[in-house]
Amino acid sequence: MNLFETVMALAYLIAASLFILGIKYMSSPATARKGNLLAAIGMFIAIVVTLLDKQIIDYSWIIVGIIIGSAIGAVSARRVHMTGMPQMVGIFNGFGGGASALVAVAEFFRLASETNGLLPMDTSISIVLSIIIGGVTLTGSFIAFGKLQGFVSGSPIQFPLQNIVNSLVLIGAVLLSIYIIAYDVNMVFFYIVVGLSLLYGVLFVIPIGGADMPVVISLLNSFSGLAACATGFVVGNNILIIAGSLVGSAGLILTQIMCKAMNRSLTNVLFSAFGTGEQVAGTTQAGGDKTARSVDAEEAAMIMGYAQSAVIVPGYGMAAAQAQHAVRELAELLNNRGVDIKFAIHPVAGRMPGHMNVLLAEAQVPYNLLFDMDDINPEFPHTDVVLVIGANDVINPIARYDKSSPIYGMPILDVDKAKHIIIIKRSLNVGFAGIDNELFYDPKTTMFFGSAKEKVQELVAEVKKL
Amino acid sequence: MSESLMMGLTIFVLAMFAGFEVITKVPPTLHTPLMSGANAISGIAIIGALLVTGGGNTTLNIILGVVAVTFATINVVGGFLVTDRMLNMFKKKDEK
Repeated sequence: MNLFETVMALAYLIAASLFILGIKYMSSPATARKGNLLAAIGMFIAIVVTLLDKQIIDYSWIIVGIIIGSAIGAVSARRVHMTGMPQMVGIFNGFGGGASALVAVAEFFRLASETNGLLPMDTSISIVLSIIIGGVTLTGSFIAFGKLQGFVSGSPIQFPLQNIVNSLVLIGAVLLSIYIIAYDVNMVFFYIVVGLSLLYGVLFVIPIGGADMPVVISLLNSFSGLAACATGFVVGNNILIIAGSLVGSAGLILTQIMCKAMNRSLTNVLFSAFGTGEQVAGTTQAGGDKTARSVDAEEAAMIMGYAQSAVIVPGYGMAAAQAQHAVRELAELLNNRGVDIKFAIHPVAGRMPGHMNVLLAEAQVPYNLLFDMDDINPEFPHTDVVLVIGANDVINPIARYDKSSPIYGMPILDVDKAKHIIIIKRSLNVGFAGIDNELFYDPKTTMFFGSAKEKVQELVAEVKKL
Repeated sequence: MSESLMMGLTIFVLAMFAGFEVITKVPPTLHTPLMSGANAISGIAIIGALLVTGGGNTTLNIILGVVAVTFATINVVGGFLVTDRMLNMFKKKDEK
């Protein structure tokens, strides 16, 4: 190792440490911003050091790529609405995975033209892994983006023999890869492997329902890391391996958390086309002879304004209606009246892990008022009133006991244990899982019918009059 | 198995463990910024892309490299900026 190589290796080591430190600082909202900055500095160091590498002899095209990429990245990061964050993260993921795959493709071309016969096996295995994982990440993320953004139908797209066709595509890519690795560097087969990987990304995501996209995006996040890892093995660079495995494990952990919060296995999310309504046929009856009581703004404001403690349960419906600012105003007013106010956040309340927290933070709700399910559940029995806005399945008590229910076993917020429950909802219609919610007919529950934003604004106006 | 591969695998496994350790400590409140921040880190593929693009390769490889640099830069720049934007919104009570 000469002096320059030593300096370079040390700089990469510093960058890798900054990535790990950066994530470590994310363990508290107070230091998280600093953590992100540290990780960004790590990335900056890694890029600068690489640019100084003497392997690089021409900078013109690099500059073009960096300028275009920075412009697109900066503008989209600035413009995106917080409600659109899942698809933004999704598409950034896709670009990362795509970049890894492209590097592997380029390395393959270079090596294939320089070597006669087979490539060294560890290199060729890393190359095909990078291409398959990166390719799936690229197209899969684009489809996930399309589904969340509404370009592609959010409901599962199914066709006959879907799982078999999908498996054949993947098996085909793997078999051809083995041929390239072990028998002959066949260019046509190589192109087919690239094509099949891209195709598999599409096929893999289209049968998954829009509301399951958080799991898909977490998983693709993990894939984009693993693709970077594989590329690290291809170009023989440790920092890619370290950074890639960090991201890989982050994605895996988040995927697992989301699946657990829905009490579904990853296989069930990926292959069962949930949300088509098929699985729940027969369990879906409307209220029947049960009656729900409704309440007007004035009465609801009285109940809340004179309570000692209140918990607000926001669901994605609140964000979809852009009611979070009105909700924050309501929380502030109640707080000023001496009501002890808290927010209960179910892990799947938003469209990606932690999404609801970001949406409330945007509306300037202090983060120390936001409580996770496990922390808030013991508090419901001594809570005077719970206000539910745009949430349904995550508060359905049926998940506790009815084994035939599609949401059986899903951890829920124990809203039914509170002394009084007010639910803002347009109608008594079923939620995403397609099942009736007995909580609506509980004698302690009053329904406050209407759109989330209007109803919360009415509440705000009435609380002001108290 | 070559020595460099063994080294790479060792690093891979240890980094996975380190990742699990630090990431499980991140509270659910910060899971979205965690994901977008981690996402930006996965743009590290830019290192490979830079070497391919600037390495005096064939035209085809330069084209692949430029696209890769562009993709990875979108990932890195967009990812870190959007994470910063989100984290900047997280405020404690009584903090303006």
